[in-house]
Formats: sequence, C-alpha cells, structure tokens
Amino acid sequence: MRISQEEVEHVGKLARIHLTEEEKNAFSDQLSKILTYMEELNTVDTQGVDQMVTVVNQSNVLRADEARPSISQKTALGNAPAAIDGFFSVPKIISDR
Amino acid sequence: MSLVKLTLKELQDQFTRAEVRASEIVRAYYLRVSMVEPKVKAYITLNDKETVLAEAHALDQELKQWRKTMPLMAMPLAIKDNICTHDLPTTCGSRILGQFRPPYDASVVATMRPHRFLLLGKSNLDEFAMGSSTEHSAFGPSRNPWKLNHVPGGSSGGSAAAVAADECVAALGSDTGGSIRQPAACCGVVGLKPTYGRVSRYGLVAFASSLDQIGPITKDVMDAAVLLNVLAGHDPLDSTSAEVPVPDFTRAFKKRDLKKLKIGVPTEYFTEGLDPEVEVAVREAIEELGRLGGEIKEVSLPHTGVAVATYYIIATAEASSNLARYDGVRYGLRSKQSKDLLEMFCMTRQEGLGYEVKRRIMLGTYVLSSGYYDAYYGKAQAVRTLIQRDFEEAFQDVDLLVSPVMPTPPFQLGEKIDDPLQMYLSDIYTISASLAGLPAISIPCGFSRQGLPIGLQIVGRPFEEETILRAARAYELATEWRKKRPAIR
Repeated sequence: MRISQEEVEHVGKLARIHLTEEEKNAFSDQLSKILTYMEELNTVDTQGVDQMVTVVNQSNVLRADEARPSISQKTALGNAPAAIDGFFSVPKIISDR
Repeated sequence: MSLVKLTLKELQDQFTRAEVRASEIVRAYYLRVSMVEPKVKAYITLNDKETVLAEAHALDQELKQWRKTMPLMAMPLAIKDNICTHDLPTTCGSRILGQFRPPYDASVVATMRPHRFLLLGKSNLDEFAMGSSTEHSAFGPSRNPWKLNHVPGGSSGGSAAAVAADECVAALGSDTGGSIRQPAACCGVVGLKPTYGRVSRYGLVAFASSLDQIGPITKDVMDAAVLLNVLAGHDPLDSTSAEVPVPDFTRAFKKRDLKKLKIGVPTEYFTEGLDPEVEVAVREAIEELGRLGGEIKEVSLPHTGVAVATYYIIATAEASSNLARYDGVRYGLRSKQSKDLLEMFCMTRQEGLGYEVKRRIMLGTYVLSSGYYDAYYGKAQAVRTLIQRDFEEAFQDVDLLVSPVMPTPPFQLGEKIDDPLQMYLSDIYTISASLAGLPAISIPCGFSRQGLPIGLQIVGRPFEEETILRAARAYELATEWRKKRPAIR
C-alpha cells in the first residue's frame, strides 16, 4: 500500500489539519508502512463473522427526558478563546458581499 | 520507615490509628517531590502546597471531634492529566487544550472527593494518551525512576513513574491498549485495567471510546484492590458503564494459594520478538504460580498475530472522530493565523496537535474515508469479534491467562520515537485483552541485567477482577520484587 502526497493532502483536508510540507512527506512514508502492515488482516477469513458493535453486549441505554440542573452559561463559556454576548465567537463565515 | 515508602494500605492504617496526621503526610510528600521531581518529571501540574496543606489541616482539626475515616482519606494521589478535575487544569499533555479548566469533575474524581483524598497533581502522559513512552507529551517526557535515560512507558507514564518514585502513594491511569499495564511494568509497580464498563469513563477525555478504561496504578496488589473498591460501580452518566454488582475486592485475598485455579499460557505470546530476558523472568513467574497450586496449561489464541493491526485501525478511527471536537471554538487553543473559519480549524489543529496525534488522526480518517471503510474498519471490527472468541474459548479451559506485559524491557528515550510501527508493536501483549474488553493486571516479576523492571500480565474473564487480584497477590507475597525500590540517579 502506497499513500501518495496527494492522498495525504486529501486526508488532511478531511481531518481539518493543515499539514506542513515536511509532515506531508513524513506521513506519506509512515502511513504507507503502517497500512502495509495492516494488510495482514486480509489473511484472516471473516466470512460470516459479525462485526463487533459492543464489547460487553449492551443495548441502547435511555434515560427519562427530564430537565435537570446544568452548568451556567458563564461557566460554559469560561474556556472559550472568544465569546460575545453569551455566544461563542468565531471568524466570519458569510462574506460581506 | 519514611512515610513516603508506605503503601496506601499501610499509610491508611497509620492515619486511621491517628499515628500520623494529614499535614505530616503532605509535608513528607512535598519534600519527596521537591527532591526527585526535577529528575523524574512525573507531573504536568503540581498542586499548590499551601492549598493541599490547608485541606490537610482542616482534616486534622475535624478528626479531633470524630474519628471516622474513609479508605482514601488524606491519601496523597496523582491523577492522569486526561481525567477531568475542576480544581486543576486538565491538559491531556497537549498544546491544544492549553490551560483547560474542566467545569466539572470526572465521575471517578467526584466519587473520590467525599473521601477527602489529597490531590497532589496531574501526571504526565503521551498526548491524548496516544503513545507507549510519554515522549509524545507536549510538556516533555517523564523519566523511568530505575534508569533516568529510559522511558517510563506510556501512556500513563507519569502516573507509574510518580508511584515508583514515591511522589504519590497511588495514582489513576487510563488504559486503551495497554496504557496502565505497560508503564506499570516499565516502572516496577502494579497497574490494573478493569473490565470495560467496570469503571465510569465520564470525564475521561475520550481517545477510543470502545476501549478506554480508568484504573489504579499502585505500589502493591492490595492497594489496587483498595482503590478499585472506590472506583468501580455503575454510573448513569456513562451509557457503557455496566450494571453489575461490585464486590469488596480485598476479600479476594482471603485465599492465599491458587489451588483449583487453571492458568493458561498462550503459546502465541512466546514466539519471535520476545526478548530472552523477559521470557526467562515470565517463565519463572509462571513456575511460581504452579508452586502456589495453580494448574498450568498451554492454550492457544490463534488471532494474536493480527491484534496490533486490528487495534490500530479501530483505535485511530475512533480517535479521529473523538478529536474532531478540538477546533478552537469552545475551549483551548485558537490559531491567530486565520482569515476564515475553515482556516481557523485547520491552523488551530496544525499548531495545537503534536506529531503522533496528527499521525493517528490521519490514519483514522483514512481508514474511515469513502472507499476504504469496509476494507479497514469493517474488517477490523470482524477480526475483533474473532479475537474475543479466542478468549471465550480459552476461558472454557482455564480461569486466567498469563503472559509478558511488554516484549522487551523499557527502552531508551528516543530509541523508537522515529519509528511509529516499532512503537506500536511494543503493545502487542496488552492490546488483545483491550479489544476483548477483559480485565488485566501488570505486576513486577523481575529485572533485566541492566536493572530495569519486567512485568507479568494476568488476564481474567469479564468482571472477574477478583480472580486476577487473588493470583497477583499470592504471587506478590511469595516473591520479593515489591521490596526493591529505585535509587533515582
């Protein structure tokens, strides 16, 4: 399995990580090696084997839909890099035009 | 004997009998930390001494009125820095969380608070618990107290080093593919990964949610049981936490031998790649288990060879999804070099995440991406079912499985940092039990010629921690390993 620099760039976009040239180079090489190692899995016959969903045989766990106390707005915004008027603030998404 | 050398149980007994005050405990431990922490670097955040001392004084005053103690009262503990504490930053060893102050305590911490334990600090880890050496911490590596130019293992390397160096009496770690057991083995201490679901994950910063589990790292097996008694239990805030009865785990020690226990030795674990020194130590330990009354049998876990590949697909896939939340919007670092929102996400993650974390997010994103999902993720989840079946079959014949924890003694700092695949392969013996959700313990079973600790792993059936603890304690009492302490130089 060979992962090209272009593929690395594509995956970087999907993962929302800007990669430096050095990282693209290194990851292309390292991911190729790791994925080649993972090809070992193809030696295992999994015909008719269920994919694992949960390791302890659980089903969905539900709780009553009741309002409960929660942290305050001030606390929730306490770690925010930027906040305005009780909202998280981010760079403009919609252009002025 | 110096206070800091005592086990948690010994210190607790002295405190209960009013032979030692909480404030004396605090002074002794801060003195110890001031002496060895510059060499060991076990902590990311050390709690303020005056704050802890004030808490200790308050305890001492209150105890004059009434003498009712709880198991962890006045016990000086370290907590791995991916477990949320409202009173100390929780960094996960990452720049991207910066000085993140959780608005709440993890459930395990909330459960321990009424005990009035003393939180000495938050211990170092590989960034987001991704690694086997703590070299991937944004705050620099911790050192192995037995040999300072060697790694303490990882990812809970800070917790294990702190316990081994007497910088706390016990610690909490987290284990995804071996992150409690492997550092415990490297540092010559005890590390227990409970059954998946035994301990609440609420407030443990998620790495791979189907594998993550919190557990104790301690000076001996007794202490592991004492701590597990507090940690274990159902938590409505964690939908994967199990509603099963919680026994008093220390009752497992009533039986001092291993009579009527069948102990399996997986043949696949003793093949190529196992260091001869480790093999000798582990084989001798297995003989000792036999002398204690255990019936030793060879068993087979046929899918052992593909466990590492399976794990690194599933764990990175889950990580790529879990770590999507670090986008610079609600907490942590935000890049200043961005014109628009998309660039802010990409640059924040470029600047805030370390190399190994990026590599794993990339790998996880790739195996989940369109066209590759079935070939990698789907395949891995099917193989995971087969790995679990291997264990189910083995446990029809035996009650416990024993093996090495790590294929080699602890390696040197920098030795594997540039070869991720070699680093991943150091988890080969711990990963399978994680994939199957099984409880497993690491206990010291010898030393290499270089004087570095070697660990023995004991794996049990789901929710049978008592059987593991019983065997581990019997072995511990029959040997002298726990009495050896590192010189730290």
